[in-house]
Amino acid sequence: MKTEANAPSKANSRQKNGNHPSGDNRFTMLETSMKKLRYQPDALIEVLHSAQGLFGYLTSDLLLFVAHALKLPPSRVYGVATFYHFFTLEPRGLHSCSVCMGTACYVKGAGSVLAAVEGATGIKDGMTTPDGNLTISTARCLGACGIAPAVVYDGEVAGRQSPEDALEKLNEWEVKNGPE
Amino acid sequence: MDQNELQAIAEKERKSRKPIRVSCCTAAGCLSSNSQAVLDNLRAEVKVAAIDGRVDVCSVGCMKLCSRGPLVRVADGGGRRDQLKDAVLYESVQPDDVAPVIRAIVDGGRADIPVADRSHPFFSRQKPIVLENCGWVEPERIESYIEAGGYRALHYVLREMTPEQVLKEVTQSGLRGRGGAGFPAGVKWALVAKTPSDKKYVVCNADEGDPGAFMDRSVLESDPHRVLEGMAIAAYAVGAAQGYIYIRGEYPLAINRLQTAIRSAKRMGLIGGHIMDSPFDFNVDLRIGAGAFVCGEETALMASIEGKRGAPTPRPPYPAEHGLWGHSTLINNVETLANVAPILRNGADWFASVGTEKSKGTKVFALAGKIRNTGLIEVPMGITLREIVEDMGDGIPDGRVKAVQTGGPSGGCIPTEHLDTPVDYESLAALGSIMGSGGMIVMDEKTNMVDVARFFMEFCMDESCGKCIPCRAGTVQMHGLLQKICDGNATPDDLALLEDLCDMVRHTSLCGLGQTAPNPVMSTLRFFRHEYENLLRKEAILT
Amino acid sequence: MTVTTLTINGELVSASPGASVLEAARENGVEIPTLCELEGISSAGACRLCLVEISGTPRLQPACVTAATEGMEVQTDSERLNRYRRMILELLFAERNHICPVCVANGHCELQSRAIENGMDHVRFSYQHPDLSVDITHERFGIDQDRCILCTRCVRVCDELEGAHTWDVAGRGTKSRVITDLNQPWGESDTCTSCAKCVEACPTGAIFRKGSSVGEMEHRRDRIRFIADARKKKEWSP
Ligand SMILES: Cc1cc2nc3c(=O)[nH]c(=O)nc-3n(C[C@H](O)[C@H](O)[C@H](O)COP(=O)(O)O)c2cc1C
Ligand code: SF4
Ligand code: SF4
Ligand code: FES
Ligand code: FES
Repeated sequence: MKTEANAPSKANSRQKNGNHPSGDNRFTMLETSMKKLRYQPDALIEVLHSAQGLFGYLTSDLLLFVAHALKLPPSRVYGVATFYHFFTLEPRGLHSCSVCMGTACYVKGAGSVLAAVEGATGIKDGMTTPDGNLTISTARCLGACGIAPAVVYDGEVAGRQSPEDALEKLNEWEVKNGPE
Repeated sequence: MDQNELQAIAEKERKSRKPIRVSCCTAAGCLSSNSQAVLDNLRAEVKVAAIDGRVDVCSVGCMKLCSRGPLVRVADGGGRRDQLKDAVLYESVQPDDVAPVIRAIVDGGRADIPVADRSHPFFSRQKPIVLENCGWVEPERIESYIEAGGYRALHYVLREMTPEQVLKEVTQSGLRGRGGAGFPAGVKWALVAKTPSDKKYVVCNADEGDPGAFMDRSVLESDPHRVLEGMAIAAYAVGAAQGYIYIRGEYPLAINRLQTAIRSAKRMGLIGGHIMDSPFDFNVDLRIGAGAFVCGEETALMASIEGKRGAPTPRPPYPAEHGLWGHSTLINNVETLANVAPILRNGADWFASVGTEKSKGTKVFALAGKIRNTGLIEVPMGITLREIVEDMGDGIPDGRVKAVQTGGPSGGCIPTEHLDTPVDYESLAALGSIMGSGGMIVMDEKTNMVDVARFFMEFCMDESCGKCIPCRAGTVQMHGLLQKICDGNATPDDLALLEDLCDMVRHTSLCGLGQTAPNPVMSTLRFFRHEYENLLRKEAILT
Repeated sequence: MTVTTLTINGELVSASPGASVLEAARENGVEIPTLCELEGISSAGACRLCLVEISGTPRLQPACVTAATEGMEVQTDSERLNRYRRMILELLFAERNHICPVCVANGHCELQSRAIENGMDHVRFSYQHPDLSVDITHERFGIDQDRCILCTRCVRVCDELEGAHTWDVAGRGTKSRVITDLNQPWGESDTCTSCAKCVEACPTGAIFRKGSSVGEMEHRRDRIRFIADARKKKEWSP
């Protein structure tokens, strides 16, 4: 039997004064942004945006902190955090490679670029290499259809990419070849 | 703020302009080909050449021919379109090309860099209404928008018109929703206006979900104030005091420019309390999406604004009756709202004179795919697909057009024999496609249509919210069947099952996503059935 | 308020004021198949089994969330509707691992009953065989994701009647799952009051009382309506 255990430790939940017992001042910063939004439960998505901006990803601990602050049930916060693809509950890699799979890029061969990247690393779209070096993702139209196919490497858009271009970039980042 | 003050700002803006204007596109398309560096170099080189006394360098929005970016325009005449002289539009300007461009200004010649032919149909067939300022005004400076006549329509409406008159004008113009379905804007506005509700909201749908389209994004990046002005007019007409713009999280630049625009409009009293010293209050806030295509659907969009999972709810009740937090809400697309100020400035009859009997005005398309000229085009309704593809787009580099896809994952593929179809809501629907929000992807003979159908089905499967069974489980099965066909493993029974599923999912799904998810399959089956059948007989196997 | 008069399957019937098409049908002894709807909680309109044809409306409408209106003409039973209903049920059986002969709710399962009533005797779709978990960490109850049809009755009953909001849906599309709290084991939930309302509400064997063996798990779904009436109307009618 499997259970999906990632229970947050109760000791880490939010304290009365709003400070986090861990002393991590990012919690104070998050508290400030929630205060600005007047702790409105409607502001959940904005709060999660700020939380992810501060911490990089959303841990159970963080989600519970948000739930308590906005007085929302934890399951609702978890449900929202997992509905939207922008939010991630796991740490992302050092580098990121996001292949545009919008229609224009697709008809111009984005599929083979993605396949090359997946093939070289042994991981799939949405995953991070075991050594935490690279996260592969896909995007749906970056508005750069004029230079399709487009790939975003660490936030920089590159146009007219071939599988070879992408592999060269991975080499530059010293991404290890994964299992075929 | 009144008419005189608006005039004064415009005058001051005009006076401050220098004789020569160098405009560099910093919208997403050109930015991704490094236009920021080009802009920085232009600014630096103008100083170095000591011509900054007579040359303005400005950052503008999309100049349309995105595939040849970064685009730089050099023009005399102080940036006034009516006084423009000798404008040149340089293509693919690299940071190193800046020096020759500047030298050419100093020497009074033309740099030896490819120049776009501005008499080409790509430019000359455009009919700019929504994009009238696009590439001309500086999106980050409200003065620039005011100089171009901005906020005059709002001023006129607040001073001279009753809400009823505004409703009548918009209804008469024949403007239809540009978000996909083409519902008459005036009718929707009137519904909200007459619904009793202690609070009302106006929402601008800037979620732009079609995965091959960037019209709304270009408008927001190039001319954000136009959308704010349209929203304010809509709010006045329906009696709303609060507006939201729901924008995709994937559009950081558009978000940034909208934030700047809202801030400066508030500072000038064009948004906020007592707008232009009238009793009318209207506030606008941004809500940033977090990566869910279904949030473009209006009920899901409202759930998302309320901080919930973006799962649609059954309609009726429609947002006009039961919208945000239960209040009457008007939801319009970016482009719909971008048409509002010109309609009120120039009158309903002027607008209705453009387009066809039932589809008035223009439509903005993001023209892309296997075609020479890709970019942003605004064309009058009723233009044929052939004119767009062959004349404006200049055809396919090598080979022939096989199909034109409109409407993205909710749309269909129109085969080459129907290229003479006029672009209007009804004609496209008759061919099993839709106008959609404006994605237009050209496919050549090398494109496998079954694979295209599979691609869109995969998209719908990934984006299904999962609430209703037909869409959640049906898209998975349809995708599986399409994959099986592509792999050459399918039997005629599989194809029959696929068709049954298409019919069922279309008629039973809760929201538009599921209801239209079968469209790409049905339209490719209608026009390219032989490709499916060939794959069944294992005559061709996709790689 | 006066009653609403409408036509259901060609018969003129009357319905209590404010009734939905589904309620109007039930009041008049007409059966419309349902799965996500449950008396006593709000309707989601999600399973689409209750779709009916309404004259003058191009789209099929879910009876559970459509108000019955004066003069409405409703068709609840047609070859087309029944074909769609069978396909919806087939899709559900293919989606997760529903193995009736070993299920605690065998014989008391609404999914199974709907399949029998609608003549769904085989599945043409490919079984997805997802890899799903069972959580029996709660001292009295368990949840078997393989049997969940994502009707969200548990979510709604827990939120609307118990007020605990222990359950919600996580993920989206085909990856949707019902979860407790932060997707933690049910037994470690801080919010669950062990009131058993979700257990009574669940249409299948997904949520069950521990210790039930095959065919033993009977849900008392009428308890939900009873509690709702008691809460909202102060009426205790069994
Ligand atoms: C799945 C789905 C996605 C949609 N995405 C968008 C979108 O990205 N932008 C948009 O304006 N409308 C979108 N729509 C249409 C909206 O629901 C709505 O009809 C539109 O915003 C109304 O504005 P209009 O009348 O001005 O077109 C979408 C609809 C569906 C069903
Ligand atoms: S049609 Fe798809 S996206 Fe729409 S409600 Fe149903 S599952 Fe969700
Ligand atoms: S656990 Fe039961 S009640 Fe909850 S969604 Fe699944 S099938 Fe429905
Ligand atoms: S489809 Fe890739 S940038 Fe538009
Ligand atoms: S019972 Fe009406 S949709 Fe499920």
